[in-house]
Amino acid sequence: MTAAIQVNAVEKSFGNVQIIRDLNLSVAKGERHAIIGPNGAGKSTTFNLISGHIKPTSGEIRLNGEVTSGLRPFEINRRGLSRSFQVTNVFARMTVWENVRCAVLWATGHRYAFWKNVDTLPEVKQRTAQILDEIHLSHRRDVPAGLLTYAEQRELEIGITIAGGASVIMLDEPTAGMSHAETERAVALIRRLTEGRTLVIVEHDMSVVFGLADRISVLVYGHIIASGTPEEIRGNPKVKEAYLGEEVD
Amino acid sequence: MSNAAIPTSAAAKEESASALSFYGIWLIAAAALVVLPLIFSSGGSLTSFSLIGIAIIFALSYNILLGQTGLLSFGHAVQYGLGGFLAVHAMNAVASHNWPIPLPVIPLVGGIGGMAFALLVGWVMTKRAGTVFAMISLGIGELVASSSLILRSVFGGESGITTDRTSLMPLFGWTFGPQIQVYYLIAFWVMISAIAMYALTRTPLGRICNAVRDNPERVEFIGYDPHVVRYLAYMFAGFFAGIAGGLTAINFEIANSAYLGATQSGLVLFSAFIGGTAYFFGPILGAILVTYLQLGLTNVTSVWQLYFGIIFIAIVMFAPGGIAGILMKHRPLIRAGTLRFVIPSYLVAAIPTLALALGIILTIETVARFSGGDAINLFGIPFAATAPTTWVTAAVLLVGGFLVARITWRRIAEAWDRAATVARDRGYLA
Repeated sequence: MTAAIQVNAVEKSFGNVQIIRDLNLSVAKGERHAIIGPNGAGKSTTFNLISGHIKPTSGEIRLNGEVTSGLRPFEINRRGLSRSFQVTNVFARMTVWENVRCAVLWATGHRYAFWKNVDTLPEVKQRTAQILDEIHLSHRRDVPAGLLTYAEQRELEIGITIAGGASVIMLDEPTAGMSHAETERAVALIRRLTEGRTLVIVEHDMSVVFGLADRISVLVYGHIIASGTPEEIRGNPKVKEAYLGEEVD
Repeated sequence: MSNAAIPTSAAAKEESASALSFYGIWLIAAAALVVLPLIFSSGGSLTSFSLIGIAIIFALSYNILLGQTGLLSFGHAVQYGLGGFLAVHAMNAVASHNWPIPLPVIPLVGGIGGMAFALLVGWVMTKRAGTVFAMISLGIGELVASSSLILRSVFGGESGITTDRTSLMPLFGWTFGPQIQVYYLIAFWVMISAIAMYALTRTPLGRICNAVRDNPERVEFIGYDPHVVRYLAYMFAGFFAGIAGGLTAINFEIANSAYLGATQSGLVLFSAFIGGTAYFFGPILGAILVTYLQLGLTNVTSVWQLYFGIIFIAIVMFAPGGIAGILMKHRPLIRAGTLRFVIPSYLVAAIPTLALALGIILTIETVARFSGGDAINLFGIPFAATAPTTWVTAAVLLVGGFLVARITWRRIAEAWDRAATVARDRGYLA
């Protein structure tokens, strides 16, 4: 079976500084895959490379078997990959409803249409309502996204990410800055929304990682030093030495 | 079940009520356009209405860029002017070949001209938003405006190219010679263009334009190429600017290089911004006010541009949402019934603020007319620019007005806080 995401020998340098060295990563379809690593290990850079935000210096990235390295983000998105951002990245002046609806439009085939009334497209309406319901923001639908609370904005961020119906979802620290209760809520939400899809997640909270992930990859200095099930990672001496220390026992 | 049914029917009722008020607004606007010249039938007001109508289309087209898509253009007059030139050439061609094309179609030619130019240069221009786009638009504006003086066969040099709007075939007996007929032609296009531009904001493209305005980076991750979105927006803006230019050509029966220049580009930016770019109707208000001031002030004072500048700075500093922004800020208060909290403070503040404004006007006019100007006539009261009494009056109004006004402005802020708090408690304000 072809992997959902296949990263082969990817390198990325900014000037003389090599951020990513010989990165190899394989995420199977339907898998929940977590990428962990110390600060500055290149986790967000890895996300940016896979989603097309930046281009690799060398190497190759495949999405469902198709080469996507070198493509623009929207081209990769149209091929079925959607990502969220570590820093909340919503459409601040638009309402919650419009935020989600914008993310639904391409996937429902309306593209750049300027001859259709966006308010009367039944499938768009239905899907937007459904997503809002799923992220528990229906009661806030007419509020400008910029006025939401932080936790609500994070939920909206996830909502926008999944709204297009992509088969591969990448979430960059979805619970960062959340309280314990909010984190629990968010994890339940992520678990439910990514049912039947491939999930790649960057996360600092180890309880989230070990509770959610089927497989974990450990990134240190731009290189994946280990990849495996949570048990394998827990028992891996290289990981313990490099990163986990006493945190996981 | 019954619980679920009630809100649904209430929502349906609300929806149909809002649909009614929505169509009501357009019908009222159309009726107003028809009735206006019957009430104010003098030649002067007909000319003013015609110019205001054109300015409305032009400002709305500009707002497709600035308000909807977040593109700050310093060269929007290029599409307007080129539309005007194309319209003039089209009218002359139609007249000389006796083609059976009536005048009301000509603005469409202008629109196509504006759009064609946008199609040509737009792809390069809209590659980036922000400063890059603003600078390129300025450059293109200067380029075309200066070319128009060099390419005499197309643009007619400094004198421009003239035409005769009555030389086209009459439509239902209308020759479009009298200004009233031109007014109705313009009013027709104002309605068509305004409805079309409003409809555009309600399409998938229109909404994605807003998304590009708010966050072009994120748009790339929901499947859209922001470059394509900006390019399409630029073409639509060019189309409607071209229609406005075509109407101007019909109105004045001439197209010249002034149509294309930076002054014209600045004026449309000014109109849209003063009116308020965040709301669809904002630029309409701005276009009405700016055109009215422009026509009115030029008769009263030689330094009318100075007043424009002051108004612009005041809006940018104190009300960046423009007139529409100020008006819409009151909507939640009206709904919550707390508008009465702020009205008294407005009335109190109006007096010293007016004194301050008079002080500013008197100061400006004194300076402007000090050497050899005629007497100042401030709302019927004559002042001599060389008389020290005038200077003292100006200083007292200026300083005194400002000091008192500052106190009353603070009162407004306090009253606002109270009104907003109550409105928030009642759930009308987020």
